[in-house]
Amino acid sequence: MAVKQISVFLENKSGRLAAVTKLLAEKQVNIRALSIADTSDFGILRLIVDDPDKAHKALKEGGFTVSATDVLAVAVPDTPGGLAPALAVLEEAGVNIEYLYAFVAQRADMAMVLFKVNDTERAAAALIKAGFGVPGPAEVYSI
Amino acid sequence: MWNPAIETMSRENLRELQLKRLQETVALAYDKVPHYREKFDQAGLKPQDVKSLDDLARLPFTVKTDLRDHYPFGLFAAPLKDIVRVHASSGTTGKPIVVGYTRGDIATWAEVMARTIGMVNTTSEDVVQVAYGYGLFTGGLGLHYGAENIGATVVPISGGNTKRQIMLMQDFGSTVLCCTPSYALFITEVFLESGIPRESLKLRAGLFGAEPWSDAMRRDIEEKLKIDAVDIYGLTEVIGPGVASECLCKEGLHICEDHFIPEIIDPETGAVLPPGKPGELVFTTITKKGFPVLRYRTRDITLLMDEPCACGRTHIRMARVMGRSDDMLIIRGVNVFPSQIESVLLSISHTEPHYLIVVDREKALDTLEVWIEVSEELFRDEVRGLEQLERRIHDEIESVLGISVKVKLVEPKTIQRSEGKAKRVIDKRDLVKQ
Repeated sequence: MAVKQISVFLENKSGRLAAVTKLLAEKQVNIRALSIADTSDFGILRLIVDDPDKAHKALKEGGFTVSATDVLAVAVPDTPGGLAPALAVLEEAGVNIEYLYAFVAQRADMAMVLFKVNDTERAAAALIKAGFGVPGPAEVYSI
Repeated sequence: MWNPAIETMSRENLRELQLKRLQETVALAYDKVPHYREKFDQAGLKPQDVKSLDDLARLPFTVKTDLRDHYPFGLFAAPLKDIVRVHASSGTTGKPIVVGYTRGDIATWAEVMARTIGMVNTTSEDVVQVAYGYGLFTGGLGLHYGAENIGATVVPISGGNTKRQIMLMQDFGSTVLCCTPSYALFITEVFLESGIPRESLKLRAGLFGAEPWSDAMRRDIEEKLKIDAVDIYGLTEVIGPGVASECLCKEGLHICEDHFIPEIIDPETGAVLPPGKPGELVFTTITKKGFPVLRYRTRDITLLMDEPCACGRTHIRMARVMGRSDDMLIIRGVNVFPSQIESVLLSISHTEPHYLIVVDREKALDTLEVWIEVSEELFRDEVRGLEQLERRIHDEIESVLGISVKVKLVEPKTIQRSEGKAKRVIDKRDLVKQ
């Protein structure tokens, strides 16, 4: 169920994000979702792409510090209150959420939210049991 | 002049005194310190081989790693019951180097410090503000004991809290200020910004040392603060401050030759160089009983001047320190070796990270930044993880160096490599050339 997210260390200075996107464009890697966590000095760029292995290799060769992290993609209804039940399920299951962010693109009336949790398998099982759609890697990369 | 009989004694009498004391010290070191005995035995020397001052050049050198290898008390020549004080200075790794003083050594130190403070004609009428740090660092207590020996009124304020320094300087009528030259300049700038009239200060002289500075900086401080500023020199391994100090002629620092014998050597070959030739300064202590050092290589580059000085003192002078024959940095008066920072980074990361030490001076105060390239091993996907890493590196470097540092995580390849090896230090201060 886990989806591979690519994380890149970036210094907080102009042109760094552009350098990453330019490199990925050259390698024909399509970005599906992204989020940046930042401090005053540095940031962590998190990416969901159509080909994580290719992106990882390209960024590493391009001199960036890169890591791959397992995250969970969860489909939630694109309506007010759509996210709350999913969070309740995870809380019930005793799963801690490290961070989450949403997809750029969406399918019909569903929003896609990415969760980084401390126990991916347990979170996936709980969500599926509660009736949430938890698309696998192949589906997510090709959204 | 604090001690005219000694400070102006004839060269001939001085050399005679030096030889007698050198012979005593060599015998003491050989008898009491296994390290020196081993070194002598290896070189096939006995203390009795020192028959003239020229024989000093035959003795083996002592280097900083010898001090580290015998941490903490291995080079003491007196038992701990006779040691009344220890001080410490930066080593090249995490451990400091430690020196010990007998009661007699403390008296010697107070004597040479009184001469140093006496260079600006300090008497019991003076109020001496000691703004060097107190503690294991020799600066504060060294100046303190010297000023007390003269009978001056000592203000042991230690470093920092500049507004308070200026307030007490006004209120107590301090006449002599002792601190690092960069801190003197910082105090000067804060004072000028405050708009306090110069007439409200009685300050007339400053004794500045523990870090390199230039004549241009001296003129700057003297003009802005309207005082005489002299350079003082010393190092913990020899005794602390008090080894050498400038008289008001301001043309070189008189070395207390009745306690410390200087030599200048070629740092590559170890050969002794004549006066006037720049090289590495080497000291042999000839009166200390707790921690005698024979031919200690200071790594400071300077030259000796044996021409008579207009002040009447006969003791030889050394020029301002011109540089180092190793990579030691002096930041806010504290000795810093890049290897100390490297040892912290190695303890955190299994492979040696690429790092860069950036030293600068902002408003007369030294700043230290350590840039670390975030390798895959160090990288965490969470901000919290990276902040923890930054904090851990920061705390460990500060605890090893004892001065504040800013840690900056940077992207790979940020730090320039030359011939595959990274340049480790950028010092933007340009201390001796300005």
